[in-house]
Amino acid sequence: MVFEYAPAPESASVANIRESYGLFVDGAFARGGGEPFKSINPADETVLAEVACADEGDVDRAVRAARKAHEKVWGPMPGAERAKYLYRIARIVQERARELAVLESIDNGKPIRESRDVDVPLVAAHFFYYAGWADKLGYAGFGTAPKPLGVTAQVIPWNFPLLMLAWKIAPALACGNTVVLKPAETTPLTALVFADICRQAELPAGVVNIVTGAGETGRALVAHADVDKVAFTGSTGVGKEIARTVAGTRKRLTLELGGKAANIVYADAALDQAVEGIVNGIFFNQGHVCCAGSRLLVQESIADELMERLKARMATLRVGDPLDKNTDVGAVNSAAQLERIRELSASGEREGATRWSPPCELPDRGFWFAPTVFTGVAQSHRIAREEIFGPVLSVLTFRTPDEAVAKANNTPYGLSAGIWTEKGSQILWTAQRLRAGVVWANTFNKFDPASPFGGYKESGFGREGGRHGLEAYLDV
Amino acid sequence: METETGGAGLRAFLHGLPGVDRVGAEERAARLASRSIKTSAKAAAIDLAISMVDLTTLEGADTPGKVRALCAKAARPDPDDPNVPKVAAVCVYSDLVDVAVRALDGTGVGVASVATSFPSGRAPLEAKLADTRAAVAAGAAEIDMVIDRGAFLAGDYAKVADEIAAVKEACGPAHLKVILETGELATLDNVRRASWLAMRAGGDFIKTSTGKVAPAATLPVTLVMLEAVRDFRAATGRQVGVKPAGGIRTTKDAIKYLVLVNETAGPDWLAPEWFRLGASSVLNDLLMQRRKLATGVYSGPDYFTVD
Repeated sequence: MVFEYAPAPESASVANIRESYGLFVDGAFARGGGEPFKSINPADETVLAEVACADEGDVDRAVRAARKAHEKVWGPMPGAERAKYLYRIARIVQERARELAVLESIDNGKPIRESRDVDVPLVAAHFFYYAGWADKLGYAGFGTAPKPLGVTAQVIPWNFPLLMLAWKIAPALACGNTVVLKPAETTPLTALVFADICRQAELPAGVVNIVTGAGETGRALVAHADVDKVAFTGSTGVGKEIARTVAGTRKRLTLELGGKAANIVYADAALDQAVEGIVNGIFFNQGHVCCAGSRLLVQESIADELMERLKARMATLRVGDPLDKNTDVGAVNSAAQLERIRELSASGEREGATRWSPPCELPDRGFWFAPTVFTGVAQSHRIAREEIFGPVLSVLTFRTPDEAVAKANNTPYGLSAGIWTEKGSQILWTAQRLRAGVVWANTFNKFDPASPFGGYKESGFGREGGRHGLEAYLDV
Repeated sequence: METETGGAGLRAFLHGLPGVDRVGAEERAARLASRSIKTSAKAAAIDLAISMVDLTTLEGADTPGKVRALCAKAARPDPDDPNVPKVAAVCVYSDLVDVAVRALDGTGVGVASVATSFPSGRAPLEAKLADTRAAVAAGAAEIDMVIDRGAFLAGDYAKVADEIAAVKEACGPAHLKVILETGELATLDNVRRASWLAMRAGGDFIKTSTGKVAPAATLPVTLVMLEAVRDFRAATGRQVGVKPAGGIRTTKDAIKYLVLVNETAGPDWLAPEWFRLGASSVLNDLLMQRRKLATGVYSGPDYFTVD
């Protein structure tokens, strides 16, 4: 018998998608001055909703609302009071978890299994975690009475729309800052539901403002003269542009940018679990993860055996409807991103690497890319150097630990890395030598609000999460 | 077979197997357990699970009457519905094999017997072999043996392997299921080593537990055993079956195991010849869920027989 799983889709109606969405400024939804744009479902290319676009004037209103709220309400408020709002938001996120998860999957294309089991629970966890810090800032190691910075401008990407929102907003609010946040133009919907959650939590007007739009809106926000701090997660290219804009001003800046993580598998690793970790490292969220383990460095003596197991495992990945609970890999977020993945994959073939994908049927409509692995990759290939940001794994081999470290570090990026070995001393030896912000041992893509996250080199600077994450939002 | 390579060779082989990372294995098992199986997939899974059940009674108080009642249930699990598949086998102590064989004559349901001083396995080899021969002579088509966990944990792998090989020989044409009693093996590394040891020594099936020790079958343990049979077939070409036993009580549990089989060893193992569920109470829940799917309503436990 062949075990065929019947479709088990979540109902899209849970998401309560409206026809149009406005900006969230000073506690109220408002029309934008720019040309409204459409958010589409990447799984079938249908239009989900029309979203307002904030122009320079809207951004100015949002920053002024944030300034007023910071001076009059949020800044002077005792930390214990701010904590209550954060706890309330966390609880409402939990209560509305199903709605948020379904909406996130529809708008982003990620499988419901991930939005339901990873994204939304982590969003709530971040608000809970930073709620706990709000009245203990004097004990965080940044002086006895650290002050908030003021108005923070936050620009977030489309790969984890709600989670990145939580990573940015929760510590900012806990520290007493107010926020103007711009979500990505392809995934604005959950941020606007979050605005509704802020209202439901009776958060004072102006504390959180959400301005939707594309690059122009982001530029206006980052360049606004009355912003005290800019926090950005996204591509290295845009990060550099922001750094140039902010240079020479008094604005604080943190950047969390691209990555090309090495996932190092030593010969003595627990192979079956390593295979799981490799799969999770690169195919989680369709590979739209800045810390994805996109370069597999495997010790030569086990390379063939590991590849055999990896391919067998990849053949069991279920690609398709993001709302189906049995889906492992969903849709690529946008046509533009799909084009980039295709272009880089084609270059991998041209440059001589061997391409392999398991047989899998992709839906006719929507943006889809089969899980792909390249073997015979050299450090000089583009697919070993550039961030693909898709379900594409490049496999390289090494003979000695020194070679593994040298290859792992030989990248302009330094966000994350993975080490697989049964030997504890080997883990410590390797981790000490890897220039990456996060090093996972015998696991991959694990996140926790208590754990700081951030990069080396072109992967950016500053840390989010944990006690370290407070520093970026305090005057220290 | 193992004495030829010597104890040291066997030991080196078993300890050279890739390790098992417990955290990772548990995570993988938990993720597979969250697969959503509904409608037609669920209906197929329920029928498959029923056909894989080894209906078991292993009590000191077992009587011929109880065994006959169990056999009747095995051949026709739901008297109200002839479309329900029969179970794979009835599993009894060796002294009750002849009762089961007569009761099941012509039904196609196999008779399995736990032999080899079940459940402790602590008896001289001669006694275990005699136990096995008696069960086979009485007509048992499948023998469930227990390994000597004491010898295994002491590192005397050759003794365990020799015993399995000897019992396999005593089985003659009967299939040999080797019970690892994973609850006493303590680590997943040991589970993998014991699986390989049992397969190399000639076992036709590897089985988690006697059902007399807690924890009995768990998903992570079964995951590791399924990886072992998959790797063993890739290495030798010989396919070995897997049987989790004990603690599987609900349809939901049973389906989780089937998903594990499907995505770990592969669909080749999704047949009673290669996968069994050692359980009894699960059968009524499977029947109840089956009727719920067919009719849309639940019927009470009293609508199903308790034999």
